[in-house]
This record gives sequence, C-alpha cells and structure tokens, in this order.
Amino acid sequence: MTDRRYQEAAFEDVMSTVEFRVSPRPHITVDTDVCRSCTTKACVHACPADLFVPTSEGGILFNYEQCFECGTCYQVCDGEGAISWSYPDGGAGVVFKRG
Amino acid sequence: MTHAGPDSVSTVVDETTKTFDVVVVGAGPAGSAAALEVARAGYSVALVERGPFPGAKNVYGGVVYGRILDELVPRWWERMPVQRWVTRRATMVMTPTQALTLDFRTQDWGKPPYNGATAHRADLDSWLAELAVEAGAVLVPSTVVTGLLRDHAGAVVGVRTDRPDGDLTAGVVIACDGVNSFLAKEAGMYRTGHEAEHLTLGVKQTLALPREAIEERFAVSGRDGVDIEMLGCTRGIPGGGFLYTNLDSVSIGVVLGLTGVSKAKTRPEELIAELKRHPAIAPLIKGGEQIEYSAHLIPEGGYRAMPELIGDGMLVAGDAAAMCLAAGIWLEGVNFALGAGMYAGRAAAAALKAGDVSGQGLAGYRTMLERSFVLADHRKLRDLPGLVLSDRMQQNYPGMVCDLVQGLFQVDNPLPKPGLRTLLRRSAKDNGVRWRDLVRDGWTGMRGLR
Repeated sequence: MTDRRYQEAAFEDVMSTVEFRVSPRPHITVDTDVCRSCTTKACVHACPADLFVPTSEGGILFNYEQCFECGTCYQVCDGEGAISWSYPDGGAGVVFKRG
Repeated sequence: MTHAGPDSVSTVVDETTKTFDVVVVGAGPAGSAAALEVARAGYSVALVERGPFPGAKNVYGGVVYGRILDELVPRWWERMPVQRWVTRRATMVMTPTQALTLDFRTQDWGKPPYNGATAHRADLDSWLAELAVEAGAVLVPSTVVTGLLRDHAGAVVGVRTDRPDGDLTAGVVIACDGVNSFLAKEAGMYRTGHEAEHLTLGVKQTLALPREAIEERFAVSGRDGVDIEMLGCTRGIPGGGFLYTNLDSVSIGVVLGLTGVSKAKTRPEELIAELKRHPAIAPLIKGGEQIEYSAHLIPEGGYRAMPELIGDGMLVAGDAAAMCLAAGIWLEGVNFALGAGMYAGRAAAAALKAGDVSGQGLAGYRTMLERSFVLADHRKLRDLPGLVLSDRMQQNYPGMVCDLVQGLFQVDNPLPKPGLRTLLRRSAKDNGVRWRDLVRDGWTGMRGLR
C-alpha cells in the first residue's frame, strides 16, 4: 500500500499550479471523424497535460486551454491530419516561471 | 490569417526596404546570444518572442553550463540569475527496489569561474535577452512569427508575424524558434518530415522545500547545489529521470522517448509519481509542495538528426537545429544554444558587412561551429544518443548493474563468496544481457570517449 505521505496530489491540483493566459482562439483543433478510426490514440497517453480524452463513441474530446505547447500531440498523432496544431497568439498560452 | 504551425507556408514578397538588418526568432539562449552579437557588430536587430517575456515558454532539465559566456559576458557569474552552483553531480542507476549511485562532489565548482548552475529559465532567458537589449537589440515580446517571407528567387527576406501589418523584412533571419522550429521546417531544412523518433518529452514538477531541508538532505550549504541523473526509472520506456536543487525548491522529472511513451500507454505523471515514491528518492523530496508542473520536447537525436543549418538569408541555431546533447553522462543544451547563437550572430554580421547574405555568404557559421565545441562535441558523441535510448540500456543494464553490486556487497555466510566472474555471469543472465551485446555496446561507449 502506498504511504499516504507520498500520495500524489490530484492531477487537476497539479495543473492549477501553472499559469495559462487563455486565448479566445483555440490553437488546437481535432477532426474526431479521423480519431474514430484511430486504434492507437497516442495523444491520450502522451499529452503531458492530459488534454485528450477518448469518448465512448471512439472520438476524442480535447481542451486547448491548459496546453503546455510542447507539440507532443501532433508529433505522435497517427491519424493523418487529425490534429491541427499551431502556437497560441502572441502573449497568450502557458507562462512558465520555473521552467 | 495563417497561424504558426507545422503547416506554415512562406509568403513571396516583392523587393522591399529592410525593417531590420537581422531578425532573430525566439528569445531563448540561442536567440539572445545571436541578437547580442549582431547588435554589438553595429547592425539593427529585432528579437521576436512569442511569450509575454523571454523564458515564459521554456523548460529544461537541470544544469546550465556557462563557460561559453566567457566570450560574451565578462565575469558573467557575478551577474547571471543563478539558483545554485552545482558542486555535486550524481548518476543513479536504478530498478524499482535498488539504486546504485556514482556521486561526485568538488568545491572547485562552487567558486569562480564555476562549472554549472541551476536556474529558472524565466530568469535566465530574461537576463540574456536584457543583455541583447542593452547592446541595442529591439525585443518584441508577445509576438508569434507565422511564416517566412521570401523573394522571387526563394531567398528568405524576413518574417510575417501575428501583429497587424506585422511583416519584418531583414537581410538575415536567424531561426532560434525551438524544438518544433516551424521556420526551419518551412524552409525545407529538415530532411524528414516526421521526426518523433528523435524527440523526447521532458516532464517536470517543481516542489517547494525550505532551504534548511535542502541543505540537510542533499548535504550542501550556501549556494552549492546538486544534480542527479537517473537511468532505469521509466518502466523500460527509453529515457531517464532527473532531480536537481534550486534555492528553496527542487525540480524532479522524467524524460521519455516520444514513440516509446505513446506505445507504452503509460501517462508521464504516473512515471513521475513512481519516481517520487522510489526509496532512494522519496526521503529527498518528502513534504515538498508542488509549485509548478511543466513539459517540453527535447531534440535528442544528436549530430545525425541535425537539419541544414544555413540557407539563403537564413541560419538555424539552438534546439531548432537539434543542438541538444543527451549522451549518457553528458546532458547539455543551453551551452550549445549560446555558442551556436553567438556564431550565428557573428556570421550574419560578417555576411552583411560583405554584402552577401546568400548561403555562401553565411557559410562562416558552419566553419565557426565546426571549429568550436558545438559541432565537435556533437560529432564526437554522435553514436551515444542511440545507445542511451536503446532497449538494452533501458531495460537490461540497470538491473544487471544493480544485481552485480548487490551480489558483491551481500554477505551470504555460510555459503562461500561468489567470484566476480560468477556474479557478472549471473546478473547478466538474470537480466537477459548477452555477452556479445555487452561487448558491442561497451565498444560503442568507449569509442564515444576517445
């Protein structure tokens, strides 16, 4: 059994330590029609901010607001053209203070 | 309007007057060093940064080696925003229940001219950019470069930004736009379109701890600090772990091969949580309160994965040029970025002076890189990134080494002590290591050291 003293904080609490200046324009878009035929769904496992969530119908729900802008999702995406990725507009997005 | 991304496209423009002599894209260490050298040479230079301040988008895994700054900033160690000077460096090889640590400390690294330091990128990158601004560079923050401007012959003549009327024309564009470098890709400088196999994902947590706790647990005092690198803590996914001390916090994380982590169906934060629970690590970070979580891609392919560095009107430096060295005990990046940026700035200034900003006119960049540590070290250690990320190094060797040492130190009386050869054979067999692979990998490793 895990020692309680070392138990991890909930992931939402971890994410709440990061500053995001959310842009009104989503800088990621996902074509869920392509996701439905994707068997690996690598983005779901690899995105360090856990932004991609599989739905029961085989598609993907995603959130761009808490994106680290690392590029992992489009790099690992097997579905041709499923993830369209760009940088958030100037000054918007993640702001690391202790990176 | 188009946005900066993998599908960025160039815009062809008619001949225009130059807004700046040089435009540097990205105010990381490479970009600021480049802008500093261009400004010092007396040319006008814009340093464009997409974050609200330099360093806002940047993450690294431990240590800044500042020696190259000797050439840029006299007595830099008196001015650089440092958290701690690294006087202890440890390499830890581990399994879920074992850890073998090579732990080195020297007080030489805790005094001028110093060796390595920990620093927050927000502080370090802002300081470096400020040096460029003091020399005359124009810092343009909160601005995304969305694509290249080219003339009818295809030469790069500037950049388009996401500001209204935001085209910046220039004699030379220096792309220091980081690991995703959409500009280098747009310019066709990367030979392969999809480079996920050369990338690793670094994920990091920073945990607040009182200074006294850090001093006690890591056995340091004053501004002395520790950097620990780990192998064998990623459930066989190619990569490793790191833990280093800041002034009143520690940073801990894992680095994971991108293709490995997506195939393994293990989330990065699970691996950090596991690392934090490891018996060799847990006591060091106990009670640490999470104050930031961050992630970034790292170009770990080394020399063989580098793009073209020079084009007509364009140079590439830093992470954008894959100038990150992840070769076992050598883990460096900021120093290569600083060096490459500095040489790119000098090459751009020389080309402007000679009135030839074609690829040929900018060729001095390559010469300077080859004569310096930037390309010499990358070339020398070109075979090691693959070895470090190989299955054997990740899945077999940590267990073999830990079992071997456990066998050496374990007292099994009344059984007689086994000989070294027996222990080696046993630990290799138990961990699925074949002799011919061990010899071959040892040879590759030794060749890298020549």
